[in-house]
Amino acid sequence: MDAPILSISGLRAVFRIAGRDIAAVQDVDLTIGSGETVALVGESGSGKSVTSLSIIGLLPKKIGHIADGSIALRRRDGTVTELTGLDPESLRKVRGNDIGMVFQEPMTSLNPVYTIGEQIAEPIRIHLGKSHRDAAADAVRLLAQVGIPDPDRRARQYPHELSGGMRQRATIAMALSCDPTLLIADEPTTALDVTIQAQILDLLAELQAQRGMGILFVTHNLGVVAEIADRVAVMYAGRIVESGPVSEVFTRPRHPYTAGLMRSVPRLGQATTLKAAGTPLPTIAGNVPSLALLPKGCSFAPRCALAIDACRAAVPPLFAATSTQKSRCLRWEDL
Amino acid sequence: MDAPFLSVRNLTKHFSPTAFSRGPIVRALDDISFDIARGQVVGLVGESGSGKTTIGRSVLRLIEPTSGEIRFDGVDITKLSAGPLARQRRKMQYIFQDPFASLSPRMTIGQILTEGLDIQGIGNRPERRARAEKALAAVELPVDAYDRYAHEFSGGQRQRIGIARALTLEPEFIVADEPVSALDVSIQAQIINLLRDLQIRLGLTMLFISHDLAVVEYICDTVIVLYLGRIMEVAPAAALYARPQHPYTRALLSAIPSLDPLAKQTRQVLKGDIPSPANPPTGCVFRTRCPVALDACAGIVPPLRATSDGHLKACIRDDIA
Repeated sequence: MDAPILSISGLRAVFRIAGRDIAAVQDVDLTIGSGETVALVGESGSGKSVTSLSIIGLLPKKIGHIADGSIALRRRDGTVTELTGLDPESLRKVRGNDIGMVFQEPMTSLNPVYTIGEQIAEPIRIHLGKSHRDAAADAVRLLAQVGIPDPDRRARQYPHELSGGMRQRATIAMALSCDPTLLIADEPTTALDVTIQAQILDLLAELQAQRGMGILFVTHNLGVVAEIADRVAVMYAGRIVESGPVSEVFTRPRHPYTAGLMRSVPRLGQATTLKAAGTPLPTIAGNVPSLALLPKGCSFAPRCALAIDACRAAVPPLFAATSTQKSRCLRWEDL
Repeated sequence: MDAPFLSVRNLTKHFSPTAFSRGPIVRALDDISFDIARGQVVGLVGESGSGKTTIGRSVLRLIEPTSGEIRFDGVDITKLSAGPLARQRRKMQYIFQDPFASLSPRMTIGQILTEGLDIQGIGNRPERRARAEKALAAVELPVDAYDRYAHEFSGGQRQRIGIARALTLEPEFIVADEPVSALDVSIQAQIINLLRDLQIRLGLTMLFISHDLAVVEYICDTVIVLYLGRIMEVAPAAALYARPQHPYTRALLSAIPSLDPLAKQTRQVLKGDIPSPANPPTGCVFRTRCPVALDACAGIVPPLRATSDGHLKACIRDDIA
């Protein structure tokens, strides 16, 4: 079997805040195979974006760094490169080349003073060494592939001349320009309207089927996870608390946080029943804890109805609930 | 039956080019009419550019409508001069989307909560403080929040402060503009429950704006679906979700990703983008993306009319149910 596209183990990323090292992410293990989509899901401050920024070496330089762990990437030529500890120059050769990136806000990831075509052609020239003319032809072809009508004309336009959905298509074209083995999509549909989100999700699935790249999909939206991902890792306060195939985790969550999160999402049709019965929407009590003030033991224990003394004594390890599903909960069998 | 508490008739808002901007007139709202009965919650849903916020701001006259009538408790507020308008506004409040942008970082929570009372000249200092503390209790925040600053609170807590600010004037009507969109999932449900609870307990009339149909379903009695500044469909919340009538409503509901990974549903994906309100399609504004549009749809603006089961829809096709 091929080596996975991405293999993260024991990742710990820390931020130095007010003279103290605070772990934004710890004990993170994650693998993505080729053609596989893995979703990293969690709320604000859960560490999902810090994990994706760690992979591409874009943690804020002055305060953040990877303190421990390994991030191994299989590149286009089949070699495996360890990304932690790579010098900036070598990292630049990976980023935008073997790893493509799509972020939340297409207007901020596009440069307003260059045409769409130039921005897609640039990595092709830099990473693949193609001529201006060939790179420009590739850019137009990529725009067509991401479903932009009239790609010749669009390539000569500036970002402000495109709609939000078109811009996100353009950033996807840019991310795919060097035929990456891994695509990191960090909340790529969060700023879009639902009908446009549906288009972009379909597009990503279609492009993956054609190209076989691995996708790391970072999102807070559980519905989007169900729609696009093969496997999911749920993060809470910097740790993965549950992981497994979406079909297993979503039908039978084995961590109380996952279960609570799924109950909190208002579902179409369900609210009418609750309203008629005078029942409030299910919630998770309390707030996400500050990373600087994490409780001892399980970070979720203060909000958890199942918590027992043992939960507050030490951070629970990941238990194998099934051969593919893992839960960081001492009481996973009681769920 | 009583006269509606809020009655909007033929509301139109066009944004014209100014001295420093060129370009066509933007038709943000065209011929919007709806009523809200006292104690009812009406939801406005739609995508970007559909006119949700423009309606919300117009009904408080935070922006001036181009034409149309807005009757609030029997009084047409579009014709009021500044003094009487300010007195009406005492009864109307607004809850904003972004709890970070909508609270001043330089004011204490107490100052934020009592500012409206100051402006309206209500009560003396101890009375204002008492009202603010009562509002804090209503949104389940500790009384000591009064002397603290917004940055000391989480997003969910800040949104509670935003709600408390709306409550201090003891309004009868509240426009809640995407009040949970900026919040995390587990916090969203807490705030929706709080708003529903307050609405029932205080008998508030509410206009609830959201792009999230699932959120609207829980809190609203009636839902209005907007597209490009026009009403597409109006129906009681439960009926809208059970039996959507307008092709746009159906597409919108079908675009929401389901939590069930096994239900890889036969989703209907709308093609293309939302047209620009500066250059809307002729006839039905939805026809350019509508899967069941006919040639005739380009010719007439479909009137909003009642269907057999109590919805109002603006679509000429009755043969697609």
